[in-house]
Amino acid sequence: MKHEIVEKNVGLLAVLILVAISFAGLAEVVPLFFQKQTNEPVEGLRPLTALELEGRDIYRREGCVGCHSQMVRPFRAETERYGHYNVAGEQVYEHNFLWGSKRTGPDLARVGGRYSDDWHRAHMYNPRDVVPESIMPAYPWLFERTLDGEATPRKMRTLRQLGVPYTDDDIATATAEVRGQQEITALVAYLQQLGTVLEGTR
Amino acid sequence: MNNLWGDSLSSFWSAWIIVITLGTIALSVWILLANRRTDKIPDADGNVETTGHAADGIEEYDNPLPQWWFKLFILTVVFALGYLVLYPGLGNYAGVLGWSQESQWEKEVADAEERFTPIFAQYQEVPIPDLARDADAMQVAERIYLNNCAVCHGSNAQGGYGFPNLTDDDWLYGGEPENILTTLNNGRNGLMPSWQQLGENNIENLTQYVLSLSGEEHDAERAASGESTFLAACAACHAPSGTGNIALGAPNLTDDVWLYLAPGQSVGDSIRQTLRNGRNGHMPAQAAYIGEERVHLVAAYVYSLRFND
Repeated sequence: MKHEIVEKNVGLLAVLILVAISFAGLAEVVPLFFQKQTNEPVEGLRPLTALELEGRDIYRREGCVGCHSQMVRPFRAETERYGHYNVAGEQVYEHNFLWGSKRTGPDLARVGGRYSDDWHRAHMYNPRDVVPESIMPAYPWLFERTLDGEATPRKMRTLRQLGVPYTDDDIATATAEVRGQQEITALVAYLQQLGTVLEGTR
Repeated sequence: MNNLWGDSLSSFWSAWIIVITLGTIALSVWILLANRRTDKIPDADGNVETTGHAADGIEEYDNPLPQWWFKLFILTVVFALGYLVLYPGLGNYAGVLGWSQESQWEKEVADAEERFTPIFAQYQEVPIPDLARDADAMQVAERIYLNNCAVCHGSNAQGGYGFPNLTDDDWLYGGEPENILTTLNNGRNGLMPSWQQLGENNIENLTQYVLSLSGEEHDAERAASGESTFLAACAACHAPSGTGNIALGAPNLTDDVWLYLAPGQSVGDSIRQTLRNGRNGHMPAQAAYIGEERVHLVAAYVYSLRFND
C-alpha cells in the first residue's frame, strides 16, 4: 500500500487510526457490556433512597472522590483493612461510578456501618475533633444548608432510564422525603449504606 | 462467595476475544514484515532509490529499521504469545499456570491465616485479666485498637464528645471482661429519649437535681422540686439513686463524669441539652469486622487501660 494515499486523505487517515486504536477496547471492554456479572445486581441490591441519592450528589459536589476511592482490590492487605473486595454486581446501579483513583484518605467502599452517625457528623464538621492528625478539610456548611428536593424526582427518572429500578411511588415521594433535611444528614445516609449489600464479608 | 466474578464467557464472546487478540498480533507482525526494507544498493552513478519525499531538493532515504529496533518488535510479539499461553487472556482459556486474581487473593489469605491463626488461638485461651498483663499480646492488641477503635475513642483511649473515655472507672455497660466482650462483639445502642414534653420548668428543675447528684453547684430549691420528677421519669433507667444501670447503658449521674460535655460548655447546659433533645449513642459491632479472635485481644487491651495510672 502506498503511504501517500493514506497520508494525503485526512478522512481515511482518521478512520484507519480509529480502527487501529479500537482493537484493545473491542477485546477488553465490549464483551463486558453483555456479561451477567457486570449487568446483574448482586442479591439484595436496591437503588439508593431519595435521601441517599441526594447524599451521593453532595459526595460528588464536594469532590470526595478526589481523595477517597471506593474500590477494594483483591489483595489481602486491602481486604484485611477495608473488607471484601468489590464485585461488579454491587455497582450496576452506579451512574456514574465513584471508584476514584487516589487515596489521600481511606477507601470508602465498605465504610457503611463502621462508624456511628454521630461520628460522621462530628468528623465532617471538623475532622480534627475526632482524629487529631487528620488532613481532611472541614465541611461545616453541610450543617447549615438544607435540601429542597426540587430536582430529586428528575434525577430518579433519569436514573430509571439508565436501568435503575425506581418505582413511580419512589419518585412521587422523593421530594417530600428530602425536603428540609440538612445536607449532612443526606451525606451520612449515603455513607452508611456503602458496601453493606454483600453479607458476611467483613 | 465463589461466583462473584460471574460465569464464564459465552463461546461467542470467548471466540471474539481470541480472534481480535491473535488477529491484532498477526496484523502487527504482518505490518512489521511487509514494510521491511533492505539496504538499497547505489547504482553506478551513486544514486540511491529514495521514498520520493523531497523538500528543498533534499530527498528522504528509504532505509530499513535498525536491527535492534526490529528485533525489539519481534521480542514484544514473542512475549505476548508467551503471556497468552501462561496467563488467562484468550477468552475462556485459563492459561497453563492457572492464575486468577481471585485464587491469588485466596492464597494470600490462606498463607496469612496459617501464620497468624495459631498466635490468635493461643491468646484466645488466656483469660482477659491475664492477657491484659502480657506485654507481647498488648503490643499486638494496641495495633488493632489503633487501627479500628482510635478514630472514635482516641489514640489515648480517652474518648471525646459523645465517645466514652475508656481509661477511667466509669463504664456505661460495665467494665468486667464479659461486659467489654459483649460491647465489642455486638455493639451497643444507647437511647436517651427527649423530655421536651415535661416543659422548660421541669427540665430546669431536673437539671438542678442532676447537678446536685454529682455535687456540682446547683440551685437547692429547684433541685428539691426536681427530685420527684426524677423519681417518676428518670429513675427507671438511672436508678432512684442516680447511679445508673449497666444493663441499659444508663450512665451513673453521681460520679461527675459527663459524656456530652462540649469544650467550653457548662455541665448544666449539657444536661439541659440532653433532656431537651435526647441522645443516641451507637457503638458499631466489631465482631463482623475484625473477628472474635481480635476482639478478645482488644477487650484485653481495653481492660489493661485500668492499670496505667
